[in-house]
Amino acid sequence: MVLASFASSSDLFSHLWQTVLPDYIANTLILGVSVVCLSLVFGTLSAAFIVHTNVKGKGFLRWLLLLPLAMPAYLVAYLYTDLLDYAGPVQRTLRGWFDWQSPNDYWFFDIRTLPGASLVISLVLFPYVYMLARTAFEQQDQNLLRAGRLLGLSAKQSFFKVALPLARPAIAISASLVLMETLADFATVNYFAVNTLTTAIYDTWLGYGDLATANALASLLMLIILFAVVAEQRARAGQRHQSNRPNQHIEIIKLSFVQQVFISGFCWVLVLVGFLLPFTLLVIMAIEYSDMSQLMKLVEPSKNSIEVSFYAATIATCLALLFGLYRRLSNDKWRMFPLILSGFGYAVPGTVLAMALLATFGPLDHFINDVAVYFQLIEPGLVLSGTIFAIVFAFVVRFAAIANGTISSGIEQIPRSLDFAPASLGVGLGEMLKKVHLPILRPSILVAWLLVFIESMKELPAVLLLRPFNFETLSIQIYQLISDEMLEQGALSAILIVLLGLVPIIWLNRSKEST
Amino acid sequence: MQKIPFIQKKILLIFASLSIISSTLAQASEEVNVYSYRQAFLVEPLFDKFTEETGIKVNVIFAKKGMAERLAREGKHSPADILLTTDISRLIELHDRDLLQTYSSKTLLDAIPSQYRSKDNTWYALTTRVRNIYSAKRLGVINVNYEDLADSKYKGKICTRSGKHAYNIALVASMIATHGKAETLVWLEKFKANLARKPQGSDRGQVQAIHQKLCDISLGNSYYFGKMLADEKQKVWADGVYINFPNQSNRGAHVNISGMAMAKYAPNSESAKILMEFLVSKDAQKLYAETNMEYPVRTDVMPSALVASWGTFKADSLPLETIAKYRKEALKLIDQAKFDL
Repeated sequence: MVLASFASSSDLFSHLWQTVLPDYIANTLILGVSVVCLSLVFGTLSAAFIVHTNVKGKGFLRWLLLLPLAMPAYLVAYLYTDLLDYAGPVQRTLRGWFDWQSPNDYWFFDIRTLPGASLVISLVLFPYVYMLARTAFEQQDQNLLRAGRLLGLSAKQSFFKVALPLARPAIAISASLVLMETLADFATVNYFAVNTLTTAIYDTWLGYGDLATANALASLLMLIILFAVVAEQRARAGQRHQSNRPNQHIEIIKLSFVQQVFISGFCWVLVLVGFLLPFTLLVIMAIEYSDMSQLMKLVEPSKNSIEVSFYAATIATCLALLFGLYRRLSNDKWRMFPLILSGFGYAVPGTVLAMALLATFGPLDHFINDVAVYFQLIEPGLVLSGTIFAIVFAFVVRFAAIANGTISSGIEQIPRSLDFAPASLGVGLGEMLKKVHLPILRPSILVAWLLVFIESMKELPAVLLLRPFNFETLSIQIYQLISDEMLEQGALSAILIVLLGLVPIIWLNRSKEST
Repeated sequence: MQKIPFIQKKILLIFASLSIISSTLAQASEEVNVYSYRQAFLVEPLFDKFTEETGIKVNVIFAKKGMAERLAREGKHSPADILLTTDISRLIELHDRDLLQTYSSKTLLDAIPSQYRSKDNTWYALTTRVRNIYSAKRLGVINVNYEDLADSKYKGKICTRSGKHAYNIALVASMIATHGKAETLVWLEKFKANLARKPQGSDRGQVQAIHQKLCDISLGNSYYFGKMLADEKQKVWADGVYINFPNQSNRGAHVNISGMAMAKYAPNSESAKILMEFLVSKDAQKLYAETNMEYPVRTDVMPSALVASWGTFKADSLPLETIAKYRKEALKLIDQAKFDL
């Protein structure tokens, strides 16, 4: 891809550069920075409140804050633009109350703008930060915090000076996930009428039919992400934190009444806007527009969605485990390589990734068929690019970063001393992994599996392009109806995606509770 | 007994599993595979009827982005037989990339007027659709041309979907064909200056905006009017607007087509031929026109009563190939005018 991109210094690129590209790049950067910042604020603060304070309703909030993950971003985007733009019920009601006639009579924030898009995308993505930050806070060595307090730091100071820096690797990983997801997104920003680099990639490839320039732009996008990730890693080079002290006593800050109101308010607003409100809207739509006969039609798509997501989650988790342990236990100079390389798929827009896979598997399929013909066997057809193999592969490539991130941060928490302990006891590598590392990693493995599963359930562009005949998934059904402003009739599929995503989230939370 | 070496065992295993997969791929022979740019549920009633009449099963994949690319990558092993598109440019693109094969028969040639099929018999139109201008009823009956969208009297009163949507690109291409590039760019810039809001949403969303008095005029394809009238939520939007056929006193309204073509390596070409003939039959054209509110390409099949009630109109006689030819130029001008920004 990179090679092809540098080979082309095309006219089209200069045309784009002179017209829309600077705006697109500016939009991309602003969107990326603001979504990451907002998600960090939402995710880190809520995680800190849940772990370190006695905020009311903590038992519920702990897992309620994860729920926005189950909402596909494109769906939330659709619901909010529908709700808040000029024609939506909110502004309509206001106009009714105050007898305003036209947009000139009053001011209302425009949802279809860059800030609107940033806010809504952050609302669905912040749980990544929340989840990894919460785990980090909970597993930190509380003695360090106590030491800080003894040295005269206030509770607030000890959070910012001790707990937050200790959690930085985990938070950084989650921030890079949020950044990649944001920049690879197309459908969501499209509803907000915001044009980004991804828009340019689609335009050049599908509009102008210029694959080389599209590749150049995709490389530019990856470069931005690479730059951000490297910069972050540089900034904390040399730091090493290892602390895994489960079941320890965590100091809880008692909140005053006013603090209680503000802090629980903050958490509940996140849950409300990120999940409860959009979900309620879906339920209302489903009640108004759907009937039971539609439910039967969803059985097959649900099965398909679950099937491909299951495979993808299992494979991605195994690979992440393999790469992560390899990096930790090997002395190889290139031990980082598989992990980093496999993580970049998340930054590639789904359609672009699908194309890249077709370009790879297409020739491979042709080769297989040629071999079959040579041996006078039946031609197997497009066994790689024309079956669910391609979809599962695409999901694994795209969501490997999530599994890698989760499992790496789990591995980082294992004290180095444990790598050597079994060897000194004369136990082999396999035995050591089975008895020591894997049991400690169990929570991370679960989280990784479930996150990839949920993301795969929601994924749209790759599955749209790579699926075989008569292969419908829930996300495809929703997409078909949304694109004609008829989400009402797809509300049931939407609810099903959310519910199927909720089951693992709740399960995830319970299993974390029990470990 | 000689033991099979491990590696050979593996190869055997791979081929065994491949043959299992392939047997599920190439099921019965009485099938036809369709790649559709058009949403599956819009064409399903038609395919159901086809299966009922012929016993041939229809398999469909719907996708817009990258379908041509997929077809090209699959090459001679592609399972696709028939391609359905919703825009002339896609058909021409498939044609230019040598992904189609020729097929003609008396039935096809008799049914479809010559301006609605390719000269080399690779693609055929199935329906036509007009790029209409919708106007709020509160404006009264107006007489409007595409050129008027740049008229400053409509300042802040026009809504449209993205300029880069295929339907708008085709319209801009027809403007280039009529007025030339320079004049079209000026038109685009003035048109943009008249917009009530940034281009966004779908054609239906613009009519909704008119209903909400956000703007008075919008661009939209003809069939959406019928579709909205049939939808319980959207009916009120459509009730608030007139559907106008632009440029009736001069070159006529811009028309685009939905069409079909046979894939170059169609594995079920016999079934594909039967499907093509079926799609231009009187019954199918009638059904297609009724369900999708489009204009049948056959002159001897009437549009649905509702569509007919919008009146007859004069269509721009610009050849479809010309519209496709100016597509890239149109896209460039839209970028240049920063229409979507």
